[in-house]
Amino acid sequence: MTDAPTFTLALEVDADGVHPNAWRRAHHAPGELLSAARLLQVLRGAENAGFALVTIDDSLLPVDGGVPGRIDAVTRAAFASGRTTRLGLAPRVHPRAVEPFHLAAQLASLDHVSRGRGAWLVGDDELPGLARALDRTVPAGAAERTAEVRAVVATVRDLWDSWDDDAVIRDSTTGRYIDADRVRYVNARTPTFSVKGPLITPRPPQGQLVVIAPLGLVPAHDVDVTLIRAATTEDGLRAAATAGTPRSLLDLQVTLDTEDATGTQRLDALGADPEGTDRPHFVGSGAGLVLLLQDLAQAVGPTGGVRILPTVIDEDLPQLSRHVLPSLRASGLLRGPRPAATLRDTLGLDRPANRFTRPKTPAPTRQETAQELSA
Amino acid sequence: MSHPITRPDAQVHLGVFFQGVNHHTVWSDAESGSQIDPDSFLRVAQVAERGLFDAFFLGEGLRLRESHGRVHDLDVVGRPDALTQLAALASVTTHLGLVATQNTTYNDPADLARRLAGLDVLSGGRAAWNVVTTDNAWTGENFRRGGYLDHADRYVRAEEFVRAAQAIWDSWDDDAIAPDSGAENWADPGAIETVVRDGASVRIQVRPTVPRSPQVHPVLFQAGDSPAGRDFAARNADVIFSAHGSDLDDALAFAADVRTRVRAAGRPADDLLILPGTFFVLGDTDAEAEEKYAWLKRAQVTGATALSLLGYIWGHDLSHLDPDGPLPDLEATTVEFDGTRGAALKEGGRRKLAEQWRARAEAENLSIRELVIAQEARRGFVGTPGRVADRLVEFVRTGAVDGFNISPWIVPDGLDDIVDTLVPALQERGAYRTAYTSTTLRGHLGLRVPLSHRAAADDVVGTEQIAG
Repeated sequence: MTDAPTFTLALEVDADGVHPNAWRRAHHAPGELLSAARLLQVLRGAENAGFALVTIDDSLLPVDGGVPGRIDAVTRAAFASGRTTRLGLAPRVHPRAVEPFHLAAQLASLDHVSRGRGAWLVGDDELPGLARALDRTVPAGAAERTAEVRAVVATVRDLWDSWDDDAVIRDSTTGRYIDADRVRYVNARTPTFSVKGPLITPRPPQGQLVVIAPLGLVPAHDVDVTLIRAATTEDGLRAAATAGTPRSLLDLQVTLDTEDATGTQRLDALGADPEGTDRPHFVGSGAGLVLLLQDLAQAVGPTGGVRILPTVIDEDLPQLSRHVLPSLRASGLLRGPRPAATLRDTLGLDRPANRFTRPKTPAPTRQETAQELSA
Repeated sequence: MSHPITRPDAQVHLGVFFQGVNHHTVWSDAESGSQIDPDSFLRVAQVAERGLFDAFFLGEGLRLRESHGRVHDLDVVGRPDALTQLAALASVTTHLGLVATQNTTYNDPADLARRLAGLDVLSGGRAAWNVVTTDNAWTGENFRRGGYLDHADRYVRAEEFVRAAQAIWDSWDDDAIAPDSGAENWADPGAIETVVRDGASVRIQVRPTVPRSPQVHPVLFQAGDSPAGRDFAARNADVIFSAHGSDLDDALAFAADVRTRVRAAGRPADDLLILPGTFFVLGDTDAEAEEKYAWLKRAQVTGATALSLLGYIWGHDLSHLDPDGPLPDLEATTVEFDGTRGAALKEGGRRKLAEQWRARAEAENLSIRELVIAQEARRGFVGTPGRVADRLVEFVRTGAVDGFNISPWIVPDGLDDIVDTLVPALQERGAYRTAYTSTTLRGHLGLRVPLSHRAAADDVVGTEQIAG
């Protein structure tokens, strides 16, 4: 069942942290980064700490300044699904790089294997070299790119609803496994692709996976959670107020004091991070972060939250787990997922009715229209 | 006719195919569970691993099958994306190979090769790719490309696709990643090759992001039975699926043909393993097994399914007929393809088949349902575990096959009696492992290093190392 909304904490878990030199401070050999053991250690760590969900950054191609080794994020999320029980799993997938039909099936399957803990962090698709990496034409230019991203999101959502929840009837009397009237063609037609449907995969346990998108990338009606990257928390709070989506998450990098060094000392030792200047960055003690998060929660209200970008996972996650999240829980600010909760349950989002079968808002009758006109 | 035992020590390899979407999966029985719940997949995989199987296979669906313009409703419908489901199973199994059927027509090489490599790394070298192709525009309606390949070109693309994938899997040197945190870079940029392909169909330039797995490359499976499909397998695959696993003469003829093609491709004859699909019906006595088989056929070919299969041959909707009555007087249509069941009957094929069916029904006085059951060839093994084990060992040791890919007809518990009774019978005959001796799928199957690495060994590149 769906819980009342509370302040949400998410954690980004790709690589060894968001700092380009994070790998130098990781508590494992560099090559272990892509191992199964490391992946499970981080995601179970996030689950045990009480995060509602993790986001898993990804792109088909290496990104300048980042670690060049990466496993597909949907694969990582699915792998972790069998060894976690409460944690929401939000792989980042760029729409232009994929077949919408495959993506809809992959994400629906992630929701099935995780029993309703799947989400999609919609990538912004700014991938230099993408057109050359794919052996098909990729829409170029900012306007075409945005149009394509939006069309893929809308199509994927249609495909998730191409099956009714009760399509499988297993009626031995008539010999029918499904009711064919409860699966449907979506007939999506866009300037760059078309998809007939229905999906090969039954409707996901959550009905629709939780769709997370950066502010402004996708129309609000197709987004469940807006991800806000602002230069300051004040700008972020203002943006959250205008997002127009059921939930929002504010990006916040954290570099915490540890037993060995202060956050400032840690940053000095790590060196420059040219990419890290476009977001609020908390540097200091766990107690200080608790105060900041409490202030943010107060300002943004129960539909808001923060996505924490750890500078170094192996240094910051233990601090978050030992000092920050327990305090937030003790103060009643943070609830954390219940066992067996779906991600929608955890976020306080209703399970949506099927977009093709839910009762439509009745169109105004001719008489009403006439009355309005004469009024 | 008895055939010489050419491989007296050969071992039986077993895989399990979680199939679903055809009428052989009995969904109406009380023992039949969910076809989509993750527990069903987990249960089959865990029983297969307990039975020391080589691999767990998933098929691929790219469009729901149709009958006469509507989604076909009599068989199991709906399945997970293969790679996503296998990734979930990888973290809760330890040895089982994980085979994903994936299409070369409607995928991008850079994306699919990366997904397969990711599963291979996370599973510790247990991933495999069953390479399939599609040529019909009906399937293409779900994809960006649409139906853009004709029949001949689909293998051209498939081969270029596989070569591109292999290049992607070979792009990282084994020591590309820094040994410790003091290195200049996380990975040596010079140790990761940018893959450039400039073929007729695959033209890409990509910098891959996944290092080599413990088995170097995912294992390649291929299932085409046409001459072009067999040649494709002979040039590229590690394992070929076949439909030639029930009649020993037929299986031996297939094996001889395939091995000739393998040698012609410059590979040792035993380089390509043969794993036909099959099913087992086991009983304490042969009579009991036969009785169970008769029950199974009735459960698979329900009245509605009999009418649907007949309608498929005839090209008409015959669902209004009485399945226990005689064949209709109606002539079969000559329409070639209407999306029904997602497969085409060749021009003229319907009429000819329909005439054969009618002749048999009249000669043996069969109802529609009896006829459809009688027309379904027995592609499996029926008998006591000991009797079936003897047959499997004979197939393997005469060199007809290397093992079998089993389709249980009850999900998820249909593998239990096979693992509990047939596997021990094979072990008693010294024809089946008693413990896993490898952690990779390539190791379970006893495969040599990937083809691209054998060429490299003669090159200036130097000797390749392979983990078992």
